Amino acid sequence: MLKYLLVILMLATPVMAVEPDEILSDPVMETRARVISKVLRCLVCRNENIDDSNADLARDLRLLVRERLVAGDTDQEVEDFIVDRYGEYVLLKPVFSLGNALLWFAGPLLLLVGGWISLLFIRRRSDATPQTDDLDDDEQSRLDALLKG
Amino acid sequence: MTAELGHFALILAFAISIVQVIVPMIGAEKGWSDWMRFGTPAAIAQFALVGFAFAMLTIAFVTSDFSVWLVAVNSHSAKPMLYKVSGVWANHEGSMLLWITILTLFGATVAVWGGNLPPSLKARVLSVQSMIGAAFLAFILFTSNPFLRLAQPPFDGQGLNPLLQDPGLAFHPPFLYLGYVGLSMAFSFAVAALIEGKVDAAWARWVRPWTLAAWIFLTIGIGLGSWWAYYELGWGGWWFWDPVENASFMPWLMATALLHSAIVVEKRNALKSWTVLLAILAFSFSLIGTFIVRSGVITSVHAFANDPDRGVFILAILAVAIGGGLTLYAMRATQLRTHAVFALVSRESGLVLNNLLLSVAAAVVFVGTIWPLVAELVTGAKVSVGAPFFNIAFTPFMVILAMTLPIASVLPWKRSNLTRTMQPLWGIAALSVALGSAVWVMQTGGRMLAPVGLTLAFWVVIGAVADMAVRVKIGKAPISESLRRAGNLPRADWGKMFAHAGFGLAIFGISAIMAWEVEDIRTAAIGDSFPLQSYELRFDAVEGIRGPNYTAVRGEFTLLKNGVEVAVLHPEKRNYPVQSTPTTEAASDQSLLRDVYVVLGDQQSDGSWAVRSYVKPFTNWIWIGVAMLAFGGILSITDRRYRVAAAARKTRMTAVPAE
Repeated sequence: MLKYLLVILMLATPVMAVEPDEILSDPVMETRARVISKVLRCLVCRNENIDDSNADLARDLRLLVRERLVAGDTDQEVEDFIVDRYGEYVLLKPVFSLGNALLWFAGPLLLLVGGWISLLFIRRRSDATPQTDDLDDDEQSRLDALLKG
Repeated sequence: MTAELGHFALILAFAISIVQVIVPMIGAEKGWSDWMRFGTPAAIAQFALVGFAFAMLTIAFVTSDFSVWLVAVNSHSAKPMLYKVSGVWANHEGSMLLWITILTLFGATVAVWGGNLPPSLKARVLSVQSMIGAAFLAFILFTSNPFLRLAQPPFDGQGLNPLLQDPGLAFHPPFLYLGYVGLSMAFSFAVAALIEGKVDAAWARWVRPWTLAAWIFLTIGIGLGSWWAYYELGWGGWWFWDPVENASFMPWLMATALLHSAIVVEKRNALKSWTVLLAILAFSFSLIGTFIVRSGVITSVHAFANDPDRGVFILAILAVAIGGGLTLYAMRATQLRTHAVFALVSRESGLVLNNLLLSVAAAVVFVGTIWPLVAELVTGAKVSVGAPFFNIAFTPFMVILAMTLPIASVLPWKRSNLTRTMQPLWGIAALSVALGSAVWVMQTGGRMLAPVGLTLAFWVVIGAVADMAVRVKIGKAPISESLRRAGNLPRADWGKMFAHAGFGLAIFGISAIMAWEVEDIRTAAIGDSFPLQSYELRFDAVEGIRGPNYTAVRGEFTLLKNGVEVAVLHPEKRNYPVQSTPTTEAASDQSLLRDVYVVLGDQQSDGSWAVRSYVKPFTNWIWIGVAMLAFGGILSITDRRYRVAAAARKTRMTAVPAE
């Protein structure tokens, strides 16, 4: 019975992310493939890159990336090739473009605007009518007199 | 009967919540004290009823009552008891019931422990809290009833997603919800204060414990979730920048900012208007998070379209709460003038910088999370925003935060001298940079991530510890004097030290795993040995085993160092027959220095097995850091100034009958 279950189990199991048989013999090229794989989305998965994904499609894409690398493409050419085929959706890091400008510049822009407003606010706070926390000259001389006396 | 009783209790709670919105609010407006007082018993009754409903649903799950639709779909008689209980909230309806249970729990805590609040403020807080309660009770009753019966109950249930059958995940949602929903308290206090037109140090002192509590729960909840992902999801990833994760991370960032700005209100009576705005925004992010998770709108527009009722309902709640809160803020904020004076170089300015960085970081996460949706709606373009984007766009803010934290956190209030403040810090800064450089020299490969990360981590941790060391005069006074001083320092200051050091340690763990992880993927036959970094891994055996509700193949690996056995690892590939879903159970040997992590893959045609193994250096420091953050929060919430307030209230309560 247990043996039977084992067989079923193996049939039901999907392939793992990066299978041993996919790995290129050239370690430099393999490293490049891994780096590229990390920015490509597994299209049928939920927010997973093809390097981590178990899906068959991800395996196909991983093999495709390696195929292009072996054929002599640069990293950029491989990415472009995949984007041509599957659209911008495949990129986990959206390209710098006019359409994505707001996405990329939201952080720096907000930091600048927020920083500017904060500075104005702090300047106003430091220029505001000083409260009587500090002694003025007159009070200081009286205090000195008292301390001496 | 239990399901019907639960359903009935929910309807009753809904009715009470509506009355609780109206009566205390009118009472506070007109100054009728008996109307104001109505909020207290109403909030307690609301909690009792919702808690009762939750208990009824739990009973249905524990007793495997498959005539209840929710139980039939999400549970199974063969499931271990822990997962029968956690099954209550591992689905949409049950998790919303947990959400509202916690919401009413927080309302009840104000009712019970809010004795020292001015009666009108307390009445208004409870009224606002009940508005949220009424909205979500309506949501449950009209769109997500957990108590639906089946005319023909099935013989057994359909089970629970095996990935969710894990102790880490069993407790992850309740903590997260305690955090999310705890921020409703800050929101209610903010809105009530806007209606009152008064925010002062006392207000901040009341808001801070609830915000701190929410923040602690959120910290623990996020930590548990990430820990679960690390050992359950396969390859040892611990953060994926998934929309669902971001949904919990945005409120956390805002709550962290709120905690800090509330200090300025409490100590210096400044930043009042900003703190109120933050309180509104923090809970808004909680609501947005709930919307993202529950409507499924981000993961797929189709999930939303399949079930538009729920999505639209939450969206309406969101619009009213956020829109209403912000409108009220726009109308009233000008009344919250600050008269405090502080210079450009001061603790106040340091906390402004903290708030700026944290809220912009939260905004970046927000924009990245909703960008695919916005782009599709506006231009029709389908884009993905994933981890590579967030790593680039988010990290700089944390780097600046870590760089400035040790300086800003020791600046004196009002006005300070940067040169003098920096004096004791130069040594630590130099030491940190030296350490970072040493790492850079020693490591092979030129990535800057580890040296920079470690420099920052060291700077933050030592900075936090050194501040306390200076204050207790370690080395400059006799030990007994130092100990006495340490005992006299407020707990909140110790909390600050632990929390800041925890942040530093988390940076350390994150930089280390990102820079130095070693991975090995290969096929190995039984009996094979292969090198893994400085270790050797021996593949000893594979066997079939059977668990309570699954079957598995289990591998046995021996980890050796210089021929000496270090550990035996048993990675599994499980199959849960009820769902016929396979999961991988990685095995790991954990220590403070490194985790060795082994995953068993498929059997190959030649009889060998695919094996993935990793050495993940210093990973546990991420969660040690998170735990220290939470511990710092706990120290801070038990600070004397809150306990004194509680004691004062007790004396007043005992004094009442004597009147």
